Amino acid sequence: MLGEGILKGLAETAKNFAGSYVSKERLTTVQYPEERIPTAEAARVFPFLVYDGTDWEAGLRCVACQICEKECPPKCIYIEKSKDKKPDYVGKLQIFPARFDIDVSVCMSCQICVEVCPFEAIKMDTEFELATDDRFEGLLRHRNQLAKSNEYYHKIHPTEAAEVDARLAEEKAKVEAKAKAAAEAAAAKAAAEAAAKSAAPADAPQATAPAKPAEPAPKTTGGGE
Amino acid sequence: MIEKADQIFVLLLHWLVGFLPASWQHVASTILCVATIVLLYPALFAIAVLLERKGLGRMQNRYGPNRVGPFGILQPVADGIKSLTKEDIVPFRADALVHFIAPLVLVVAVFMGFAVMPMGRNMVLVDMDASLLFFFAMGASTELSVFMAGWSSRNKYSLLGAMRAVAQMISYEVPLLLSSVVIVMMTGSLSLVKMVEAQNQYTWGLPHWYVFTPWGLAGFVMFVIASMAETNRSPFDLPEGESEIVAGYFTEYSGFKFALFFLGEYVGMFGIAGLGTTLFLGGWSAPLAALSVVPSWIWFFGKVMLWICFFIWVRGTLPRLRQDQLMNFAWKFVLPMTLVNLVVAALWRFMGEGLLRWIVCTAIVVVAYAAMGRVEMRRERLGPRSYRYAE
Repeated sequence: MLGEGILKGLAETAKNFAGSYVSKERLTTVQYPEERIPTAEAARVFPFLVYDGTDWEAGLRCVACQICEKECPPKCIYIEKSKDKKPDYVGKLQIFPARFDIDVSVCMSCQICVEVCPFEAIKMDTEFELATDDRFEGLLRHRNQLAKSNEYYHKIHPTEAAEVDARLAEEKAKVEAKAKAAAEAAAAKAAAEAAAKSAAPADAPQATAPAKPAEPAPKTTGGGE
Repeated sequence: MIEKADQIFVLLLHWLVGFLPASWQHVASTILCVATIVLLYPALFAIAVLLERKGLGRMQNRYGPNRVGPFGILQPVADGIKSLTKEDIVPFRADALVHFIAPLVLVVAVFMGFAVMPMGRNMVLVDMDASLLFFFAMGASTELSVFMAGWSSRNKYSLLGAMRAVAQMISYEVPLLLSSVVIVMMTGSLSLVKMVEAQNQYTWGLPHWYVFTPWGLAGFVMFVIASMAETNRSPFDLPEGESEIVAGYFTEYSGFKFALFFLGEYVGMFGIAGLGTTLFLGGWSAPLAALSVVPSWIWFFGKVMLWICFFIWVRGTLPRLRQDQLMNFAWKFVLPMTLVNLVVAALWRFMGEGLLRWIVCTAIVVVAYAAMGRVEMRRERLGPRSYRYAE
């Protein structure tokens, strides 16, 4: 009979109405400022600079090579190189960015800066509440605001960060092996020279070996946690 | 005590007016009553909007507004402030005067209906003999405002919306009137006050509401359908079909003029709900003889709010009709049903007391409903569309 469907529909909405007061599962709304859904691991919003250790200025991985600045499609990155140098994660002396600004209002979250960075220094953040009431200075992020620890990186992108750490450790091991090989070669050479000159060969390689791996080794293991 | 609670507003009015000299008393009491009505219904409007937004939300398993004030109860205040402070935009080529007057005409016409509405025992502003006629006359003039708004905006969507609205409102005006004619036939009066008095009797503690008779029930159902269409409520809200014509006749209205349209729509809903309550649900009379101790005005406003809740419930349930479905429904189903109902009411009147008239009248109504639902409302088998010229 005419109207049966209407009655069925009315029953359905009445069930929803009453049910929404009884069972919490029906209400799927997440009341945003108070409740939040954890962001997806692959989420990307805005770049940040990764630093190792506890001091952000000393541990900054960026070497101010300016590749990201050149590759950035909307040109939202501004870098100034430093005059002096500081040691990077393998202990090699590198220049660092004296100024590193990214404009939030210009950035389009394309992740190209991350793709091109050869030093794993810039990564994508999941922080999305970037709104501010100051539309000039407030939207320009300086390097102290951009710098975030490797631990933070591990927290937001665990899989990716583990891969990055593995790669960095491998690279570092390679550098160390190379240094060791170079040192051994040098020692062998010195030994050969010494052997050629006189009869005291055993002391020379022992003196060079302990000097090389001392500084950077604990740093990478600390970052990898 | 019960008597006093029932008549509290009447006594209050007499007490207030008593301070004035006798020659002013009549005018002053009228002004006070009008002011009360004009303030009361916007307040109810705010409550209804909140109820609607919360209720619809719950029907869709949402929370609804819950940010402004505790549980969002101050949401109507925020809405009001927003619409008051918004810019009032009038289209460049619009007919400015008509564009300005249209919402006022709507609000005035809609409020006029309450002049004859008995909102409680002795609580009626004008006890007119032809108050039902007056109410329908005022209800019909809202169509004028709708068309003024659509025409003066100089916007095709507004005009289309206004055309739709006028077509719909005129189509449903007929069943609305015819479904209330049965009440006039039974009471033998056009006065709403007399209609309530006729229903305010009890047998074995049960009321003599017209909805509890076969013709009354049929008339009630048809009245509810027609009243939904008349107030442009979902599922008959074609005049403001957002998917096709932006917002219909008030597309070009913004700020407080838009709020006035909104107010007019809701107050119109209260008007039609109040009329339906008066006609079929016994107006201010209590649903049980034992409950007559509760003041009459509580029953009236309670019934009106229940009616509004039903409107909200239907809005949360049904999708919008298509224009041809709307017209078919009005002319092929609702109108014939109301005509059959007239015959049923006449039979009821002349068959005398007894069980026989119950059986005969119920049978006619049910058979007519089933047959009309089956025959008139059958699904049209639409074949593939053929084009004569395009191919």
